[in-house]
Amino acid sequence: MHPKRKKRLTLILFLMAGLSIAIGLTTYALRQNISLFYDPSQIASGEAPGDVRIRAGGMVEEGSVQRDPDSLRVTFRVTDFESSVTMEYTGILPDLFAEGQGVVATGRLNGDRLFVADQVLAKHDENYMPPEVMDSLEKAAARAESNTAQSIPEY
Amino acid sequence: MFPEFGQFSLILSLLLAILLATVPLAGSLAGRASLQAFARPLAAGQFVFVAIAFGVLTYAFMVDDFSVAYVANNSNSLLPWYFKFSAVWGAHEGSLLLWMLILAGWTLAVAIFSRRLPAVMTSQVLSVMGMVSVGFLLFLLMTSNPFDRILPNVPTNGADLNPLLQDFGLIVHPPMLYMGYVGFSVAFAFAIAALINGRLDAAWARWSRPWTTVAWAFLSVGIALGSWWAYYELGWGGWWFWDPVENASLLPWLAGTALMHSLAVTEKRGVFKSWTVLLAILTFSLSLLGAFLVRSGVLTSVHAFASDPTRGQFLLALLAITIVSSLTLYAFRAPVVHSRIRYGSASREIFLLLNNVLLMAAMLLVLVGTLYPLILDYLDMGRLSIGEPFYNLTFSPVAIAVGLLLGAGIFSRWKKTDGGWLARKLLWPAAVSLIVAVLVPLWMGKFEPWAFAGCFSAAWIVSATARDLLDKSASRQGRWHGLRRQSRSYYGMVLGHLGLALTMAGATVVSNYGVERDVRMSPGDTVSIENIDFAFVQIGERQGANFRAETAQVDISRDGRKIATLYPEKRQYTVQRSVMTEAGIDAGLARDLFVALGEQVGDNAWAMRIQYKPLIRWIWLGSLFMAAGGILAIADRRYRIREKVPVKPAALPDREPDAGRAVPEAMS
Repeated sequence: MHPKRKKRLTLILFLMAGLSIAIGLTTYALRQNISLFYDPSQIASGEAPGDVRIRAGGMVEEGSVQRDPDSLRVTFRVTDFESSVTMEYTGILPDLFAEGQGVVATGRLNGDRLFVADQVLAKHDENYMPPEVMDSLEKAAARAESNTAQSIPEY
Repeated sequence: MFPEFGQFSLILSLLLAILLATVPLAGSLAGRASLQAFARPLAAGQFVFVAIAFGVLTYAFMVDDFSVAYVANNSNSLLPWYFKFSAVWGAHEGSLLLWMLILAGWTLAVAIFSRRLPAVMTSQVLSVMGMVSVGFLLFLLMTSNPFDRILPNVPTNGADLNPLLQDFGLIVHPPMLYMGYVGFSVAFAFAIAALINGRLDAAWARWSRPWTTVAWAFLSVGIALGSWWAYYELGWGGWWFWDPVENASLLPWLAGTALMHSLAVTEKRGVFKSWTVLLAILTFSLSLLGAFLVRSGVLTSVHAFASDPTRGQFLLALLAITIVSSLTLYAFRAPVVHSRIRYGSASREIFLLLNNVLLMAAMLLVLVGTLYPLILDYLDMGRLSIGEPFYNLTFSPVAIAVGLLLGAGIFSRWKKTDGGWLARKLLWPAAVSLIVAVLVPLWMGKFEPWAFAGCFSAAWIVSATARDLLDKSASRQGRWHGLRRQSRSYYGMVLGHLGLALTMAGATVVSNYGVERDVRMSPGDTVSIENIDFAFVQIGERQGANFRAETAQVDISRDGRKIATLYPEKRQYTVQRSVMTEAGIDAGLARDLFVALGEQVGDNAWAMRIQYKPLIRWIWLGSLFMAAGGILAIADRRYRIREKVPVKPAALPDREPDAGRAVPEAMS
């Protein structure tokens, strides 16, 4: 083969190999590290898979925050005003975590459908609502509205 | 001073920008010097009026003019004056005005420092900058006017600046970052101008190199400041979260780094021209993408500004117009001639090409991780997030590979490098790095494969750079003479590479050997980490200017000997009624000790986060080195001598637009 063509061929082969390794690694890494968002209703209806890292969020229910007296473990319920899910977290909660505030947590559902969070995010602005939570609240409200709309003729 | 003056001068500067975008360009295409002569005065005028607008807004903040909506939303009469000043860029509208001021400033700088460029080039570059200005001024005036008034019911006091932003970090972080983002518009303008007049040659690369390097240096400092600020102000001791907005600043940095290296090849060897132009376009497009991500409200992030869909649409349109028009221009005008310059398989050209491949790979990884969730969400295919592990898994190997390549590349020569010779050169650095990579885990007491690889790569960069410096400075008149003989741009490169090694070493060690513990503590309790005792002595209250704080006293000692006393705080800001954590940090070059006070968890107990962070300062120190290297490189003599010597027509032949595309200059 012509030396120049040979050089070009090696270069192309080299690039192809590098590219396929990169794409393979990236898709593998992506598949391992994606966490989907589920709202409390989806979790209550069993739509969310157990033992996979997922995200969940909603409003922290009033009066639901309970602290363990000896450790940093805390449990609270998160709701979309339709269903709610109980979460457990060990560690320091963010500054703006409070009852009645929107939060998004990342973690796993265990066998008892308890959401064990390893990360809890609350936003740094008291008027700010995570878009996921906003979205799910709107959906839940829409469902509630259509339910009442349907139930009116039954009267 | 009426705020309307600010708006008025913004409109004036928009008119000037429109003229700047058209008149000099038309003049250069028609060959009319009289029209091209407008470029510099227009650039100056645009800057003056944007500066007046910025001054008016600053004045409104200083005198607490709460009739201006933006001031009322982001300031308060209790705020100290320096925070009133930095509050000017504390939210969307004002930060965009700062962006615009910096853009006008870069345009002015190009007008001032381009005296030795051919008039055609200057007027085209300034025209392209003018087009970018038109885009941003329209954006500012149409969607985000900072001078909107609340009349007639003027609030008696403002809503205060977000407490997170009441910090030294905010005063310096955005201006530095914007200097970088916007600075890449100069490299972009040079690339577009070169495409328009077909003069893609070594001279073009030499002109745009210093601008690219300065912008890159600013961006490096800006990113490091952001990371440092997140570390101490967000309260929890992380230094990089792979937050989409952080990624948005990393993307142009990676592309800009690639551009810097590719420009070096284009200047020295006259090859990679099309690629360099493409990179310049890409780097600026990524800056615009960053602006879009931050300002459109598509992200969940600390940085995200309150969203307004029209802003997002406008920025998306701006981004699309920029990319489509510059790529169209590229398709028509990029050099089609195959360069006949030869280079061998181990030449410096190849090493720099591989550098670009790796940096692009890193950039694409971050881009995929950032955009993938957004695209899926937009298509309504579910909301998902891509976590830190994705980036750690994919970005780290690429970063390590960049380090390994760099060490070998330093020794390589243009055109051709002898493989055996290169291998012998690398023997010594390899030995040193192996020793370091084994010693660090031994010293830290735990073997981690990533720590080994990261330390090896960092030590490899340092030892190869040192070896190269020793080789180059060998002189019969003594080492000192040899060292002095090296150019500033060489020292700039050395500093920049050492900076990368520092950052890499810091990031590796702190992520593998940092200790973080959340504990429940009552006054009187002691916790030990790495033989260091953290004693929670007491907790009290204090009153700040616009906040009330609970302050804990934590005494730190080692073997009974006292090291430091830290006062971590939990602040309650009165106006915005928000809570902030102020960590107590004992900073050191070798390690940081970090204590943050969490919430009260019992009658007499608090949550505390205690951290031991080895080498974390190296991360930011490294980026300062990189920036210093960049500044040193552009102070090189070869960029300055030409200023004194009047440009001879022969030196820069006034070729027809097509002439530049025919034969690469280095061929002649």
